[in-house]
Amino acid sequence: MNKVIKGILLLLPYIFMVLGFSIYNRVNPELGGLPFFYWYQLLWIFLAAGLTFTIYTLESREYDRKKVKA
Amino acid sequence: MSFTDYDYALFFAVIIVVLFIGFISFLWRKPKTMDDITEWGLGGRRFGTVVIWFLLGGDMYTAYTLIAVPGVAGGSGALAMFAITYGIMIYPIVYLMMPRLWTVSKNRNYITVGDFVKDRFSSPFLALLIAMTGVLAELPYLALQMVSIGYVMQAILLPVSISLIIAFLLVAAFTFLSGMRAPALTAILKDAIIWGVVLTIVIYVPIHYGGFGNIFATASSYTKTTKTFSPLDMPPSLALGYVTLALGSAMALFLYPHGITGTLGSKDVRTIKRNASLLPLYNVLLLIVAILGIAAVVANGAVFGTKGQAATSFAFPYLIKDLFPSTFTALAYAAIVVGSVVPASIMALASANLLTRNVYVEYINKNATSAQQARLSKFLVIVVIVAALIFSLTPAASGYVIYLQTFGGAFILQTLPAVYLALYTRKFSKYSIGVGWFVGLSSTLYILYLLNFSGSLYAPIDYMYVGIFGLILNIIAVLIMHGISLMLHKVKDEGIIENSELDSEF
Repeated sequence: MNKVIKGILLLLPYIFMVLGFSIYNRVNPELGGLPFFYWYQLLWIFLAAGLTFTIYTLESREYDRKKVKA
Repeated sequence: MSFTDYDYALFFAVIIVVLFIGFISFLWRKPKTMDDITEWGLGGRRFGTVVIWFLLGGDMYTAYTLIAVPGVAGGSGALAMFAITYGIMIYPIVYLMMPRLWTVSKNRNYITVGDFVKDRFSSPFLALLIAMTGVLAELPYLALQMVSIGYVMQAILLPVSISLIIAFLLVAAFTFLSGMRAPALTAILKDAIIWGVVLTIVIYVPIHYGGFGNIFATASSYTKTTKTFSPLDMPPSLALGYVTLALGSAMALFLYPHGITGTLGSKDVRTIKRNASLLPLYNVLLLIVAILGIAAVVANGAVFGTKGQAATSFAFPYLIKDLFPSTFTALAYAAIVVGSVVPASIMALASANLLTRNVYVEYINKNATSAQQARLSKFLVIVVIVAALIFSLTPAASGYVIYLQTFGGAFILQTLPAVYLALYTRKFSKYSIGVGWFVGLSSTLYILYLLNFSGSLYAPIDYMYVGIFGLILNIIAVLIMHGISLMLHKVKDEGIIENSELDSEF
């Protein structure tokens, strides 16, 4: 897997959590009674996990393919 | 509140079962001998994805978490969400760093991060500095587990000191006997109970209060009574403080001895990489307990920690006993207590391994056999736990324990260049990294002194977290030293570990 793409994907949570603070530090829109500040971060728990899982899956397949060739 | 005899029996039964499992876990995947530092100290590096999920989850999301996160929510409101922001930022670092550390540790039979630092820089002294920073950061964290469950014991009228002493001497004893198998196996039961209890509460609470919207709306009405409480979002003035605290804590977590030791117990790189996507699920639990801290304010009818109100640490215990029958409360309180067992066990074990490997073997007995090392580590587990007990039971110290833990995070952060930078480059010399460590640690200490050791956000720089401030100076110092080395043409490949040894199998 391209190292630059991997780096960017792994950097995304930091961009959205650190630099994006003023974007998510708000009350509206609410979802299910939760302020935006809360549900945005709930969403990011799954997005960040999804990112590492995607990279893991891609790397794992690439590794298996190389192994078959070798 | 009144616990019936039956409730007390249930409370103790749960705790006894968990402790009992700790004692018999040496039978699990029984090795030929426990007098082997890899078997005792790392469970033989044989734990797969599921066990590591429970072990690391149980190890990082602790009794302290269950008390402190709702406590912050109940006293300050949305600030508690920093724990979730921080949780989100932990795992990309884990994905990039831990497979490399694991790979070289497996092949060279390292037990601690100090072992890696020693060979990477050819410097037993730098290893000693990093190891001792780890132990000093870990002790208050361990003491904090004890202080946290002290609140639970206080809430059900148990004699706190004697209960803590008995409980943690038992933890020391089973860690002595079973090594890392003990926290690994007890973690499974402990987390099953905690997840069950927390999910039950979070289903019932919104039903009881007519939805989350109502909880937040009611809690918001208390913002007028106190200036520092805001349940919905953060005051913009704390923006830098909030994000630097979250980022700093995220970078610090897997520098702590308990984070690294737990990871090194994995059986392969896949186990670690899978867990970088599975462990974030614990953050959902954290988010739930943060919201429960807000609900506790509604139940209490006032913000915690304000004049005439209970301390913030009582927020979660208060909510439970206010809403649930005493039998469930007994179960939930037992869950919080057992929540301290796993981290206490692995924190003590990780500290003991550092003292054995990077102090004893390096400076006292270079020829110590694996069996001698294991026996010393077992003994040191008891020493470390007794030290933490003394710490947490001394009234003067226990009041400051929570601050000490924040300091611990800021201190351990200063080991980042020696570990994370070193996992990707061998160009920095031990002098550059050592000077950076010194600058980072002393500047952190100085700012903490300016803050009278009563907080970790520094107002003159927009409430920046001291740990991050120290780390920035630390890295600048490393770069300046490296620049000098460049001018003197002294830059070379440091240490005996080839870069290729760090590349993980996939």
